[in-house]
This record gives sequence, C-alpha cells and structure tokens, in this order.
Amino acid sequence: MRFDPELAEMRFGLGLSPRVTGPGDLAAMLRGVSGADHMAVRFPIEPFSAFLARLVVNRELRKERRQAGAGSEGFTAATKQMSLGKRDARMAQGDWLGQQVQRRVWSESGFRERLVGFWADHFTVQGKAGLLRRAVSPHVEEIIRPHIAGRFADLVIAATTAPMMLHYLDQESAVGPGSALADEMRAKGKLKKIGLNENLAREVLELHTLGVGAGYGQEDVHQLAKLFTGMTYQPQVGFKFQQKAAEPGAETVLGVSYGGPGNAKLADIHAALEDLAEHPSTGLHIARKLVQHFVSDAPDPDLVAHVAGAFGATRGDLGAVYAALLEHEAAWGADLVNVKPPFDYLASAYRALALPEGAFVGMEERDVQRHLRVPLMQMGQPWERPPGPDGWPEEDAAWIHPQGLAARIDWAMRGPGEVMAELPDPRDFVTAALGTRVSDEVVFAARAAESRREGIGLVLASPAFQRR
Amino acid sequence: MDLTRRAFLTRTALIGCSAAASPLLTPISFAAAPFEQRFVVIILRGAMDGVDVVQPYGDRALAGLRPKLGFGEAAGALDLDGMFALHPGLAGLMPLWAAGELGFAHAVSTPYRDKRSHFDGQDLLEAGTAELGAATGRDGWLNRMLQTVPGLSTETAYAIGHDEMTVLSGRAPVANWAPDAALELSPQARRLMEKVMHDDPLFRDALAEALLLARVEGVMDDEAAMGGMAGMSGMAGMGGMEPATQGLGAIADFAAERLRGPARIAAFSIGGWDTHAGQSKAIGRALGELQETILRLKAGLGPIWGQTAVVAMTEFGRTARENGTGGTDHGTGGAALMAGGAIKGGRVYGEWPGLEERALYQGRDLMPTRDVRAYAGWIMRGLFGLETSLLESAVFPGLDMGKNPGLTL
Repeated sequence: MRFDPELAEMRFGLGLSPRVTGPGDLAAMLRGVSGADHMAVRFPIEPFSAFLARLVVNRELRKERRQAGAGSEGFTAATKQMSLGKRDARMAQGDWLGQQVQRRVWSESGFRERLVGFWADHFTVQGKAGLLRRAVSPHVEEIIRPHIAGRFADLVIAATTAPMMLHYLDQESAVGPGSALADEMRAKGKLKKIGLNENLAREVLELHTLGVGAGYGQEDVHQLAKLFTGMTYQPQVGFKFQQKAAEPGAETVLGVSYGGPGNAKLADIHAALEDLAEHPSTGLHIARKLVQHFVSDAPDPDLVAHVAGAFGATRGDLGAVYAALLEHEAAWGADLVNVKPPFDYLASAYRALALPEGAFVGMEERDVQRHLRVPLMQMGQPWERPPGPDGWPEEDAAWIHPQGLAARIDWAMRGPGEVMAELPDPRDFVTAALGTRVSDEVVFAARAAESRREGIGLVLASPAFQRR
Repeated sequence: MDLTRRAFLTRTALIGCSAAASPLLTPISFAAAPFEQRFVVIILRGAMDGVDVVQPYGDRALAGLRPKLGFGEAAGALDLDGMFALHPGLAGLMPLWAAGELGFAHAVSTPYRDKRSHFDGQDLLEAGTAELGAATGRDGWLNRMLQTVPGLSTETAYAIGHDEMTVLSGRAPVANWAPDAALELSPQARRLMEKVMHDDPLFRDALAEALLLARVEGVMDDEAAMGGMAGMSGMAGMGGMEPATQGLGAIADFAAERLRGPARIAAFSIGGWDTHAGQSKAIGRALGELQETILRLKAGLGPIWGQTAVVAMTEFGRTARENGTGGTDHGTGGAALMAGGAIKGGRVYGEWPGLEERALYQGRDLMPTRDVRAYAGWIMRGLFGLETSLLESAVFPGLDMGKNPGLTL
C-alpha cells in the first residue's frame, strides 16, 4: 500500500487545509490518534463532570423555590436564576459547536477528530429534558474522546455507564423488583417506582456490541436489563452504582452467568460488558461499521474481514483495529466515494477556507443559529439531535436528495461569505480545497462565476468536495 | 375549480424549459394526474403503543397489565364503541370519529418478528415485503404502487421533510422536498452548478429535481401573491388555522398545499413514540403532533378532504404489560390510524385477540391478528381501483390481503 497524504486528509481526515499539513505516513497518522490532544487544549469544551455543577445549582434553586412557596419574592428570584442558568447552558452549547468547527479547521490529526465523531455516533446519546439537552458535547469530551485509542471494552464500559447514556436510554430510573430499594418502596406504597425496562440492554446488544444480526434473543435482552439495574447517576457525584436498586441473584446473557448469590456488584456488569465487547460478532459489527463510515457504503468484504481479524486477534485493541483499516489496499481506492454528512461537510469547508481562529468565539446566539444550526438543520442534521439511538445514517442517498442538496448549495453560495470578511480567490481556492482531484469543470466554474462568493460556493458544492 | 388555465400554462412553460435543459430521466407533464383521490402515508417512527392509543378498556385483562399507566374514561380517554377508548391526546379528533372520518385497525403488525429492532422494523414496514433484504432492494411499497400507474408526473407523489422516506423511494418519479427548502441561483450560477455536477449522477439528478421543485414553489408563491390561487392558500384555505412556520405543522400545511395541486400522494414521518419510561407524558406529546397533523391536513385540503385517505402506521407495537419505569418495551402487535373523507371511519377494525396471558404473543405482546399491509392494500384497492392480485404481487409481494374489510367509501 502506498501512502497518499492527500487522500489521507480527505478520506480519513477533515479535508485539505491551506494552513495545516496532515501526517506524512501511516505511523504518524496512528500516532496522532493517541498522542497529546492539542485540539482539546486549544479549543476547550467543558467536560461532563464540570457540566454536572450546573445540574447541582439548578437542583438547589428548585429546592429554594419550593421552600419559598409560589408567589413569594424568593420564588420569583429563584425562577429567574434558573432561567438564567438555562440560557447560559444553551449559549455554551453554541460555543462548543463553534469549538468543534475550530478543532476541525486547525487539527493536524484529522483522523482523531473523525474517530471521536464516529464513536460519539456509534454510542449516540441525547439529552431529553432540561439542562441535559445541552450536555452532549461535554459527554463526548469526557466519555468518548479519551477512550478512542484504547481497548474497545473500555470504551463500551465508559459509554454504557455514562450518565448521559443512562438518561437517554432510560436506565437511570430502573429498580430491580427484588432489590432492597423495591422493598423499601413497597413499604411506602410507592409501587410506581419499582421495575425496569429493556431500552439500554437492547441497544447495547443490537447497536453497541453484537449487532442486530447476531445470535441473541429476547431473553438475553431481558436478562441484561436485569443485570443493568443499579446503574444510575447523581448530579453531585456523576455515575453511581446503587447497590440497593440492583436485582439480586445471577443473570444469564448468551449462556454466561453473571453474579451469583449475595449482593449484586458493578463488577458483574463490567464482566458482561467485557464479554460482549470481545465477542466475535462484535468484532465483525464494528469492522463493518468502520469500513462503511470511512471507505464505502458498500463495504469491501476483504477489508471488513481484515479489520475484524485484527479486532479478534487483539481482543479489541482499537489502535490495532485502526492500523488494520489503514494498511489495507482496499481502503485507498483513488476515487472519492462517501458523501460527507452535513457537519463534516460544513467543517471541511471552513478548513479549506482557513476560517480565522476566533471567528466563532463569543458569537451571539442568533448568529450561531444563522451560521451553524439552521444550515445543519436544513441539510438534514440538526445539531446533537440524531433521529434515534442508531445515530446518523451512513448512506449517501440519505443526504443527497433534492431538499438536502438544495440546502448544501444554498449554504455554500452564501454561508462562508456571511461569516468571513475576506474570501480567497476562487481560482486559488480550487486547488486549496481539491488538491490534485480537481476537474476541468470545477476550474472552469470557479473562473466563470459572477462573484467571488459564487466561485467559492461552486467549488464547495462540487461533488469532488462533497465526497471523500 | 379555477386552478387557472394561465397557471397551468405558465407552469408547463417553465417546467418545459427546465426539462429540456435538465437531464431528468422522466419527461415532465402536467397533464391531469391519473386519479383524483389523495393518499397520505405517515410513518410513526419509534413504535407507537397501540394499546395506549386505542385502549381496549372492555378487555378485563387490561387492568392487570397496566395498573399504573391508567386507561379508559378514568384516565381521561374517550369511549369509542364500548370496547375501545381513545387516548385523550387525540381528543381533538373526536369530531372526525363522529363524522365517520376516523377509524383504526387494531392488533396489526408487519411480518417482522422477535428481534424487535426499530431500525429493521421500520425498514420492513417501508419495504412492504415479508422479509428484510428481499429481492425488491430498497424500493418502498408506495413507490411500487406508483410503478403500476401510467401517466405519472414528477409531482404526483411527494416525500416531505428532511429524513429519508424509503416507503416512497424507488423507480417511480417522486418529488422529495421540505417546506423550508429553497434554491435560488442566478442563471449563470445555475449553468455552472449543472456543469460541476454533471458527471456525478447522484448529485446531477438531485440538482435537477431541486431546481424544478424550487421553481414550482416559486410559481405557487407568485400565484398566491397575485390572488390566482385565492382561497387556496393562506388562512382562508386553512379553515382559520394560522399557517405553521416550522415542524410538523409546516409539513402538514405543505402536504395539503401540494395535494390541492397536482400531487396525489404524500408521505412523511412523525417520531417520538419510543416510550420506555414516562410514557404518559411522552406519548401525549407525540399524539399532539399526530393530531395537529391530521387537523391541518383536513383544514388545508378543504373540500378535497372528502376524497382523501390518511394512514398512519408504525414498525411494531409495545409490550402488553407496562414495564417498571412507567413505560412499555418493544412488542409486536399494535394499531394503525386511518382518517379522511374517503375512509369509512367510526369503527375499530380488526379481530381482537384478547389480552389474557395465553392470548399474548410469546406471553408478552399483543398478538397480531392481521398484517397491517392488508389494510394499506385495501385502502389502495378502494381509492385507486388497483387489482388485489397486483397489490399482492407487485406492491406487497406474498401478502394475502384476505377479506375486504370495507375501509373506503
């Protein structure tokens, strides 16, 4: 396999940049995934543990409000503080979106940012109510980002026990019917709070580990749901294994028994997650998804087998898995194939345009809306609001339909000019954005456009720029 | 109706030149559509709990299964026929029920069984086949229905919104658009855009269709502004409802507007049905959207509502028993909603299997007693006069449509 630095930036990275040079060989590319995380330092995002402080404040204010009583001065004051807290979190969410664009403009290790995006999507979470609706980026920063180059099992454990996952897939409120907490509640007549649901257990098996085609059944889902009881979180401490709420006794998942007589333990949940993470079906599922995401909607079977082989041989060492993906000839087909999803598209455009550092810092809310959120929504990818726990679609046809393409063109022709005071000369920009993969048609269009803005827009709208 | 000759001519002329310049595969004609009836398909993504929406409160086993979720008149539900009660979240549709313009099919499902995955379940619901990955590829059943109809224009069928509607995708021409989509290019920019996309069929075709639909949009707006379509859009045509600017309201308004014009088929989706916890609140929100959608369609369609059928269907039902977190988990049998002046409503269709333990599917889910595709098939039989043999082979391969339930007027 001959390393093609340009293709590496396009297909496995964030696109070409006139200012930042990507890795020169495979080893450098892999080092960039696990080395010092310069982008996290340069464009910081609040980690989830810090975000929790917002929840604590909110909870205290709610308590204050209750104590003051409706109609009192204290009630009004606390209500006002609460809505300020909400506003602050909403604005922070916009800032973090800007930071993520900036990371993609300036990163020297595009593969790293892409992997963070890939795994954040693989383990999709959403905030369903209140302040948590703003907490996705902090979650990704703390739970996903530090774990992308280690063992897959560690990533699975981090993602499954994350407060945002417990919240999104309804695990936080589950109480084992045979647990001590259930007994307490029965005594108090709080019957409504006893019991569990299958949401997280099903998605862990179907989406996060084995994959839907694997040999698990309804009973495995049910048993895993019972095993998961006890996992919850509290604003003061984050994740908490609440032994009292956990179902006592052993559960059997895929024929393996976890736990035993006596108290349920978090270690039993970890053991099950380890086994699921190292299962051969999981290796195949992850390999197929990686190839589909990075290489083609129609994954090459040899390449998938090669990546799955590395997964199996190393028991899910992600560094080895990435190396297998990148060392295979089939990953480097010269034609650009996959269509960039909207966020990747928009960010790669700003990378090619070398958006000045700070352009999205301290932006007014309405500008975040106009420049980032609305375009992403119209392109079909509203920020941090994927359609379900399976995340965003991979298929090109899911993005390039008339309404999606219209939104991309509309943004390409107009958006960058509204954000950047100075746009490059379209004739130079053709090469900056497309490198050697430039066609006569695009060169002609960039030259024949009636304005600088339109010239830039035509280059950004060209299929060569929208694919990777 | 004075859908003015001028409007027709103008539009034909406009489209005519765009068609000449664009590589769209299908010739575009604005000849009258092949039929007058309207058919709207709504995909309810996330698995709607049919037992909560159309509550079998006449079934004595229900109380034991759902002690906490609540049901029946005590929980604010509205009696339909003594056996079933309607969730209060759809209370606004009761006048339609009374008028015979709203009905349900209960204990229905697709052929999908056991794995209970939303994503595979939705794929199968939209494919309309007996199993996933069947020979039909990524065709949707609604598209295959259109493939059997001669004389379609690009505007006969609309897939609306920003998510992919597999149910309507396939070989037959379909317009994909969203209410907030727009594409304005100067003539020069347009020529250059066509040039840079010319060699990539995915982009080239999507661009051609986008340019066409953006023009149709423009023409419609102009007509509305000039009063050519007076009474057809804006508040007058909406039965006093304010036009919606975003969300499902905007999608419903858009669908109604197109269906007043040359469109005959519309499909879009409503999410938010995956209620594993706190179902009372979550399903109320989703039902509110479904209700608003139907009321907007009715208001927007005006007299055309009389020849319209709407069907809302979901990938599977949910567990008969409530779970321990105030919700329900993935199940099997569920319910479908049917509305419109062309529907013989005021009835809950289907054979009720009962909710006793032994009557449940795998001791857990409502037992499906009929394939939901049979209802969709009979609606299309009634609306468009398609032969059942055609529906059972080309549209829903391998389906036995069974006895005619008499869904349409």
